[in-house]
Amino acid sequence: MTFPTPNLAALAPLIILVAAAIVVLIADLMIRAKRALGWLSLIAVLGALAALLFLRPAAPEMQTMALADGLGRLASFGILIAAGLAILLAFDRVTDFTTHTGGYYALLLVATAGMVVLAEASDFLTLFLGLEILSLALYIMVGLYRRDLRSGEASLKYFLLGAFATGFLLYGIALIYGASGTTNLVALAQAIAPLSVPLPFAPLLPIGVGLLLVGLGFKVALVPFHMWTPDVYQGAPTPVTAFMSVGTKLAAFVALIRVLASLTSYERPWLLALAVLAALSMTLGNLAALRQSSLKRMLAYSSIAHAGYVLIGLAASNPAGTQGALYYLLAYTFMNLGAFGAVLAMQRPDLNDVTMEEITGLSARRPALAAIMTIFMFSLAGIPPLAGFFGKLYVFKGAVDAGLAWLAAIGAINSAIAAVYYLRVTVAMYMSGTPAQPTRVTPISWPLWTVLAIAAVATVALGLWQFPWLQSISMAVAAIAR
Amino acid sequence: MNPNIPLLSVITFLPLAGALVVLVLPGARLQKWWALIISLATFLISCLLLVWWKNGAAGMQFMERQPWIPQFNIQYLMGVDGLSLFLVLLTTLLTVLVLLFSWEGIEHRLKSYLFLMLLLEAGMIGVFLALDLVLFYVFWELTLVPMYFLIGGWGGPRRVYAAIKFFIYTMAASALMLIAILVLYLNGGTFDLLALQAQRLAPNLQLWLFIAFGLAFAVKVPLFPFHTWLPDAHVEAPTGGSVILAGVLLKMGTYGFLRFCLTLFPDATRRAVPWVAALAIIGIIYGALVALSQRDVKSLVAYSSVAHLGFVVLGLFALNAQGIAGATLQMVNHGLSTGALFLLVGMLYNRRHTRILDDYGGLWKQVPLFGSLFILVALSSAGLPGLNGFVGEFNILLGAFQANKVFAIFGTFGIVLGAWYLLAAVRQMLHGPLTNAENAEIPDLRWREVLTLAPIVVLFFVIGLFPNLFLDKINPSAQAVVDALQTPPAVTQESTLYVQESTLYVMALDRLP
Repeated sequence: MTFPTPNLAALAPLIILVAAAIVVLIADLMIRAKRALGWLSLIAVLGALAALLFLRPAAPEMQTMALADGLGRLASFGILIAAGLAILLAFDRVTDFTTHTGGYYALLLVATAGMVVLAEASDFLTLFLGLEILSLALYIMVGLYRRDLRSGEASLKYFLLGAFATGFLLYGIALIYGASGTTNLVALAQAIAPLSVPLPFAPLLPIGVGLLLVGLGFKVALVPFHMWTPDVYQGAPTPVTAFMSVGTKLAAFVALIRVLASLTSYERPWLLALAVLAALSMTLGNLAALRQSSLKRMLAYSSIAHAGYVLIGLAASNPAGTQGALYYLLAYTFMNLGAFGAVLAMQRPDLNDVTMEEITGLSARRPALAAIMTIFMFSLAGIPPLAGFFGKLYVFKGAVDAGLAWLAAIGAINSAIAAVYYLRVTVAMYMSGTPAQPTRVTPISWPLWTVLAIAAVATVALGLWQFPWLQSISMAVAAIAR
Repeated sequence: MNPNIPLLSVITFLPLAGALVVLVLPGARLQKWWALIISLATFLISCLLLVWWKNGAAGMQFMERQPWIPQFNIQYLMGVDGLSLFLVLLTTLLTVLVLLFSWEGIEHRLKSYLFLMLLLEAGMIGVFLALDLVLFYVFWELTLVPMYFLIGGWGGPRRVYAAIKFFIYTMAASALMLIAILVLYLNGGTFDLLALQAQRLAPNLQLWLFIAFGLAFAVKVPLFPFHTWLPDAHVEAPTGGSVILAGVLLKMGTYGFLRFCLTLFPDATRRAVPWVAALAIIGIIYGALVALSQRDVKSLVAYSSVAHLGFVVLGLFALNAQGIAGATLQMVNHGLSTGALFLLVGMLYNRRHTRILDDYGGLWKQVPLFGSLFILVALSSAGLPGLNGFVGEFNILLGAFQANKVFAIFGTFGIVLGAWYLLAAVRQMLHGPLTNAENAEIPDLRWREVLTLAPIVVLFFVIGLFPNLFLDKINPSAQAVVDALQTPPAVTQESTLYVQESTLYVMALDRLP
């Protein structure tokens, strides 16, 4: 394997992120004003974002290990935005849950770097590398809430199950390598191209893909690899949950899109499996979410269902479906991060969760917060003209185009089921009286307001003004559909 | 003449803009005036449609076409024809009247109430004007949100249950419509309703799509047995919500049948006639019988809606010009008379805080103005000749008679029952001696309340005495629907199955070594 001279301009976002993580760690030892660490991390993320948008060569940079193409740029954009918002979420609340302020920011930057690597990987080795970087950082971050026993439990659970899933992933990679003789996605696509020499071990390929699917399915929380999700999402500090729920999904789904795209010329027995997994994830996720009284747990189950919706676009395996999945992921980044941000705003400083009873009558105490939460809930439920609706519309369109109308119908019926629990939140906020003992109103700091405002505006704007987004999405998809 | 202003966009988005402004206005008085002025302006602007109307034209007028999401071929396509014209006017008028009615009585969260009302108005107008299927679906679902909050925020004791039931029923039923819209796109390559109407789908596919669309509309109408959300929603909703719900929202269902099912799936429609007509007739008789046994006057009016909307559906599925034109006019009539009934019940409720029929009796002596208006509205609803209800019902029955005599005969039963339960309510409330001492203190209607009802009463007579003012504009469009229904399938499009097979074939070719 040859290592080409790295293109520093293309790697700049990663370099900035990792360098900043180290600087933050060192600065943590030396300075007292911990807010400065937040600022430092925020500036690093903005710098990475600027490098991504302006330093990157316009033409896709083909490297053996990573691809700085339109898809990578789009995914990295979403990941960096999520990271920036997660930093703002923690700005004034990080001391609520941990004394390791520097650790939080440094790990967040490392996890972000891992996600970017994962989303841009064009080789199974880089894919694995990215996944491990982000996972290891997240395992620790999940356990940062010292006073909450559930946080430690969540961390351990996530770590053990995650290590297990990584094993599956690695085994899958090994089998694919055995079948095709390469770990590179581009070379893999060429090896199984119609006119190439037949592969002697081709039957290993579906098994390898299946195992790979287990590994990535674990990260994006698909049924039946979802068992960890509710506990981890509930136990992790809320800013961490907000970040990991959107960032990991975005990166891992993009990696999955790349892997599946490189296998297009194979007969693909796994497409039906994807469709079934999508149907299961949506249905079970939504049904389980109906019964939750903890908002974080409810959103955890809802995120399982949303992974199912995104998977519809992948199961469709056509440009419309892939575009739909990407649009969905982008929309989900804003609406779900916003929803967790709102949960954080409702949360008492000494608690790590919010129950339905606590938000009873919230609209009277906090009209703006309740209104913003309502936007996120309706967007997650898929009510037009918000972003969540169009995400569903596009993945359904991909499915219908692919002859999977039944899957789209299951998805559509599921959105009606899901509406019940999203509505429960609005009922509690708007249509129930004030609770017996008035809860203390935690002041909402400006960084938190900023996050909520950005997420809410994006959720509305992605729905009403889609042209530029869809333009870059369709360009990204056109580039991978070789 | 057609002026160079995007009239339809102005009518749709003026309320929306007004709604957003309400949120930042200080003071209840200012907010109320602002909402009223915005809705009044919307109504007056919508009257320009009549001024600039091209008489005798069957097709869409005032059309606007802009690309909205070009990547997915979704357009901003709006247009109005004889079938939607009066529904738009009904919407803009009823919104004004509801805001006038709500001048007093909304004590808490007035700003939100006004915001939701104006948002709802924008959504409803959009439903009647949108000609792109995705745009239509966006408006269709958008109306759910404000109505959900209106019922849940300002409703009666069981408001939360009613609000959620309303929301989930409608959303679940329209979920499959979204998939059907996508299947239509797969076959026709466009979301443009007019372009899709020009195509003829394979009969089997038509049937499936008819069911998917029809289910969404049947729940909205509501057609028996999908009506169970309606009594809950109507009874629990605040008066303003009930008026809009009965007056306009239910018409979205019948309008949907007319605009989408009949024109997109003509062959399936013909096959579905006996089934839908049977459900409509069951609805007419069942709704009337249940209304007869209600003790709560608001739920009496709610069940009467089931019966009246059954009539409208019966007229639509007569599939002739008379039936369709009658049904279109009857949609407006029902909006006016049931809207007025809910307003009157609301006015009485504001005075006595009860809606139980037995609590009343002999009110006429006490409140003569209320009494005479109530009788007038009840007679209009029952279809007295000379008033509006008669024109619509007569045309529907005429159309139904031409299509199928049995339908018409059963439909006539409904008229008799309708007169029965309405007059029974009138007798119970207004006639006889003033038995309940608590009723002796009720004041009569005030000028603001009379002003609220006056436009409706005037329209009762205008429609009743000069129906051709309206039918002249409706008829060409109704005739066009019938013509399209009767043309034999000239070029039958190949079924999707074939399309799928051919793509599979192409894919297989690709894979050959």
